Amino acid sequence: MIHSKELDPDFKILISKEPGGENIKKCFSCGTCTAGCPVREITDRYNPRKIIRMALLGMKKEVLSSQFIWLCSSCYTCYERCPQDVRIPELMNAIKNIAVREGYVPPAMKAQIELLSSHGRLLEITEFENDKRKESDLPLLPGRTEDVKKILKELGFYHEEKRGSS
Amino acid sequence: MKKKEDRPKNNAYTLFLGCTVPVRTLNYEIAARKVAGALDIHLYDLPDFSCCGYPVKSISHHAYLLMAARNLALAETKGHSICTLCSSCGGSLAEANHQLQEDKNLRKRINEDLHQWLGLRYEGEVGVLHFARILHREIGVKTIESKVQVDLSGLRIAPHYGCHYTKPSNVHGRAEDPEDPKSLDDLIRATGAQSVSYEDKLSCCGGGVLAIDEQVALGMAQKKLEHIHAQQADAIVLICPFCNVMYESNQKKVEKVFQKEYKLPVLFYPQLLGLALGIEPDELGLKMNRIKTTDLMKKVRRPA
Repeated sequence: MIHSKELDPDFKILISKEPGGENIKKCFSCGTCTAGCPVREITDRYNPRKIIRMALLGMKKEVLSSQFIWLCSSCYTCYERCPQDVRIPELMNAIKNIAVREGYVPPAMKAQIELLSSHGRLLEITEFENDKRKESDLPLLPGRTEDVKKILKELGFYHEEKRGSS
Repeated sequence: MKKKEDRPKNNAYTLFLGCTVPVRTLNYEIAARKVAGALDIHLYDLPDFSCCGYPVKSISHHAYLLMAARNLALAETKGHSICTLCSSCGGSLAEANHQLQEDKNLRKRINEDLHQWLGLRYEGEVGVLHFARILHREIGVKTIESKVQVDLSGLRIAPHYGCHYTKPSNVHGRAEDPEDPKSLDDLIRATGAQSVSYEDKLSCCGGGVLAIDEQVALGMAQKKLEHIHAQQADAIVLICPFCNVMYESNQKKVEKVFQKEYKLPVLFYPQLLGLALGIEPDELGLKMNRIKTTDLMKKVRRPA
């Protein structure tokens, strides 16, 4: 049941002001996105038409706290086919960006931020990797770059823990 | 004296390796560099590269643009277009590039942070191309055909385009129709091998949801393996390390979960091209392919 008192009519406006969410109000629920979605083919937990409809109705908490917004594989099939140019993968990112600000971050994303901050890349290049590269006649690479940590720290996504102190 | 800048610009690129290729798919990098050398494509390294920004798109659009712009700014100082081996890096950098080139105010805002925090600035002057796009568009099928030394006509190859190589099409300058792409088929045929069509040829590998929900990702990969298996292809050929993670690194897991056997060899396109150009399999990193290519190699006719 949807209770109108619990709906937030400003949710769609919030989304439309987020980069990637600009076209949400153009959606006329044709379902082209869902019909061609490769994730939807595997699981009915992901249904872009339903998510957009829920967002337009103002079901803010249900959408932001959901797992399903994180299931878009970013294949852009719907992006190419949407007759209303809703740009669904970007819209999903806009919703996820809001969810993150509201404190809903899946563990997998937290782990990725940690890795990116430590190495500047998702995968570390240690001496072991460079040895393998050397054996294959590939140029050696510096292990890390601090710039990504700086970006994520300045934007408040990475907090350096004071280890050893209580 | 000839300065670095005087090199012909056409076939010179700054190679952007991204996170996965230099650690997980050395065979792709080895083969790409070999093939580039054989076709007179100059790939210059960018040792200070960082992640393209793709993984943080869902966290913060601003952080994504800054991470992408950092790499674009570094490449800009080198003066060549970026060549990516990873389709996801290519899509991510091309999309950020598109936004930063189209919207001067956005570029100004990004440059303020980029300059203040990292001392960098991006002027919007770099091109971003996938290696396969360079082969198809800049080198061309005719040139490739003229350099083929080895008979691959016995090979039935299933092309996997992946998603970010063609989509979103507006950020790739609509290089080809994303609903009916032809470039990878053309490139496969240019080697002499047959390009095999199969059901749902353009579907996604599932890599994008692997970290969030492994079962869903494996289910997506399984569908394609099943469809290619039905056509009895000798191998799937792809151009993205993440698609490779799904079809090769996870193939055993897919087989276990779905109780099916595929044993489908997975080649990176530069490995196939390298074989056609007469480069030794060892020099194309073929030993590093996890699914044995022995049967496939029996169908390769090398000149005596």
